[in-house]
Amino acid sequence: MAKVLMKGNEAIGEAAIRAGCRYFFGYPITPQSELPEYMSLHLPKAGGVFLQAESEIAAINMVYGASGSGARVMTGSSTPGIALKQEGISYIAGAQLPCVIVNMMRGGPGLGSIQPAQSDYNQSTRGGGGGDYRLLAYAPASVQEMVDYVQLAFDKADEYRNPVLVVGDGVIGQMMEPVEFRATAASDLPPKDWATTGTGGKRPPNIINSLYLDAEELERHNIHLAEKYNRIKENEQRWESVGLEGAELVIVAYGTTARIAKSAMENLNRQGKKIGLLRLITLWPFPEKGFAELDEATKDLLVVEMSMGQMVDDVRIVNEGKRGVHFVGRSGGVIPSTALVEEKILEILERSE
Amino acid sequence: MAVVFERTKGLTPISTHYCPGCTHGIIHRLTAEAMEELGVLDQAIGVAPVGCSVLAYKYFNCDMHEAAHGRAPAVATGIKRVLPDKFVFTYQGDGDLASIGTAEIVHAAHRSENISVVFVNNAIYGMTGGQMAPTTLAGQRTTTSPLGRDPAHAGYPIRISEMLATIPGATFIERVAVDSPANVRKAKRAIKRAFEIQLEGKGFSLVEVLSTCPTNWGIEPPNALKWLKENMIPYYPLGNFRDATKEEVSDGQ
Repeated sequence: MAKVLMKGNEAIGEAAIRAGCRYFFGYPITPQSELPEYMSLHLPKAGGVFLQAESEIAAINMVYGASGSGARVMTGSSTPGIALKQEGISYIAGAQLPCVIVNMMRGGPGLGSIQPAQSDYNQSTRGGGGGDYRLLAYAPASVQEMVDYVQLAFDKADEYRNPVLVVGDGVIGQMMEPVEFRATAASDLPPKDWATTGTGGKRPPNIINSLYLDAEELERHNIHLAEKYNRIKENEQRWESVGLEGAELVIVAYGTTARIAKSAMENLNRQGKKIGLLRLITLWPFPEKGFAELDEATKDLLVVEMSMGQMVDDVRIVNEGKRGVHFVGRSGGVIPSTALVEEKILEILERSE
Repeated sequence: MAVVFERTKGLTPISTHYCPGCTHGIIHRLTAEAMEELGVLDQAIGVAPVGCSVLAYKYFNCDMHEAAHGRAPAVATGIKRVLPDKFVFTYQGDGDLASIGTAEIVHAAHRSENISVVFVNNAIYGMTGGQMAPTTLAGQRTTTSPLGRDPAHAGYPIRISEMLATIPGATFIERVAVDSPANVRKAKRAIKRAFEIQLEGKGFSLVEVLSTCPTNWGIEPPNALKWLKENMIPYYPLGNFRDATKEEVSDGQ
């Protein structure tokens, strides 16, 4: 299929429709409003329903109802809106319902700004809802990847009966790039025999629920969820690595920041330095397997984020004190420049010598 | 021998957790009987709230969702938009619907979502141990209004039916009580009519049912029914507040 030039947020909408999503419940918020706008025009044409909810809270609870009734359903928002959805996300995870949630991150805390940011790493990987739950979280770095991972997200949500988060910084939502909508591989997904569609007099009632008043019953439920999360950890880690072999220093980044980091890496490698890049594609599960591929020669890791430093904590955990872990970031909607990343790398290399 | 009374098929054959004298049992039965009589049990999806009736998903003999506190109308909206031909209802208490869930109920009515709501008003938070509800009467003592609700401090009790009846999308709004056999029969008729309106595709319907909470009111069951009649009904008058299926369309519309 030929490539088309599309804005990130609109490409997400088209990818979702092509993945069989027929329901979208959302609330306007910058910088992701082009997504509900796209859905409001195109979902009805595909025989689906777009509904603008009265709040982010109502939107995520509509997702809960629609998903529980067996539909492929999506919602999208940005940082403070995602915060409002967190209780609902916890219920959806607890009731083991599939859905896809898009977060076009903006600056925080509080109302923050409408500029791009990556300060929802913690919100994406730790969540804000109560309880022991996890979300599979993809962080694409281009509009094409956004399309591919939105499509994959629907299959993974159904496969694991779990909400899947697709995280972009505001840049990816707003920029235009050529994209190709590839046919998704035929998936071998189990039937949704748990969905509430009316018993039809043919089966006992289905119940969508996250309440377990008996302590041991809830513990059994949590053990079951943990086993599922371990399966996700084992099977779904994704990352991209560039030039790890012989690298003195490896940059760790994701999303738009990884593209900036890549430019910095290329500039320095032209000058004879040995710099590599490890780009996270899944924020959760954290790609520990990617870090296992690091070369013995690598003495330092530089984490670059559009935040004051959140992912860097997980890098420290996986690093187990083996290498130097450094951080550079910009915040508030300021995008780190390649010059800033290069400067920081040179400073680290100088100190190591 | 002729059968004169049977348990409705709309309820599962398990004992409820409700306190002795609580009228939730009656309201469950009326809701279930209405579904059975309308032949929609195998097409029904119900949404249970958070509050005393949190376990309603165990009692209604049909597909059920358990919603977050106050969000049942949003959950029901999601279900109904996916399954517009199925029967979708919520069962909510006054803390759930009239306090934390006011946005969801108002906007579900505003969109005229084609769902039905059974709203149980017992003027108190039961499940959490008798705290003041938005519907608690002026002067009524609760664990968070130990000297009696002071309207100057906590506001006057909210009249949900009157408020929702002002919304054009609210097709059917009626308040009933279950304090006497005659009122129970009227409540049944109202609930059945509300459900019929959904089945006719005519939009949002809600029945507010005045109910007792002997345990947290601190009143024995027979006197609780009397207390409801003497204190709640004067402030929460019974009757139909809106039936758009009977109203004539004005020239302006």
